[in-house]
Amino acid sequence: MIINHPLLGPRDAQEFTYLGDAALIDRPDALSFPSTEAALDAFHDYLYLRDNPAGEHRELWFHEQGDRSWLVVTRNTVTHEITKVELARDVARAKGRSK
Amino acid sequence: MADHRLKPITPLGHDVPHSVTLGPVTITEVVDTALASLAARMGEGKAVADIADAAGIPLPPPGKAAKAATYATFWLSPDMWMVEAPFATHEDIVAILKPHFGETASITEQTDAWARFDVTGADLPAMFERLCNFDLRAHGPGSATRTVIEHLGCYVVIRAEGHLSVIGPRSSAASVFHALETAARSAF
Repeated sequence: MIINHPLLGPRDAQEFTYLGDAALIDRPDALSFPSTEAALDAFHDYLYLRDNPAGEHRELWFHEQGDRSWLVVTRNTVTHEITKVELARDVARAKGRSK
Repeated sequence: MADHRLKPITPLGHDVPHSVTLGPVTITEVVDTALASLAARMGEGKAVADIADAAGIPLPPPGKAAKAATYATFWLSPDMWMVEAPFATHEDIVAILKPHFGETASITEQTDAWARFDVTGADLPAMFERLCNFDLRAHGPGSATRTVIEHLGCYVVIRAEGHLSVIGPRSSAASVFHALETAARSAF
């Protein structure tokens, strides 16, 4: 499988490691909840609940044997077709995250 | 200070840099380069670019290497580069670079973390297609990347036509050298 790195071009999937669902970027802010229970619920969902789609899936890949950037790869889990590759930091910043 | 009588050795453990010629290819240890990584701190990209420009340090785009009078650099990751300088004059490379960049960049000495092998000869792609994923036929002089050689993360910097550097972890220098030798014997 070839991943089309946004900076470096096509690279072999062998150079990458896989983390999982790109929803991991959306870590809840514990201090933004009205109660501890609400925060715990949000963190439970964040930590344990994942969609497992047969089809298009946004997932985090790490270019470990390359430039060590985190990528958000949109991949079809049935066909392995990759339709979009973004730098994870761009995705996070687009959501208003500063780091 | 104690009078240590320590003798420097090369990454392969020799007194002088080791060199081997296999067919048309020569593989040579290179120990006369000081290395430091330069990472622009968040939001300081423009400041670092200006300072580097004034200090004669080129900052190449992704996948590229560049060379100036004193400093040569290659791209490591977003907002991060490896800076190479002559060891004789820049042994303490961080102390030399830090006054330029101050708080705009994080600079880490890398000199003794790496073993550099320069490979020269014609038809290097035939040798490197056995070694790594980096396609030399598709990349010309001035390209640089990190890739896997012999299960080790190594940088490959194309210096010129028929001349490239493999920069691998110093603690595994012998393994990298063995891989290079084996590929050269296999290819030629």
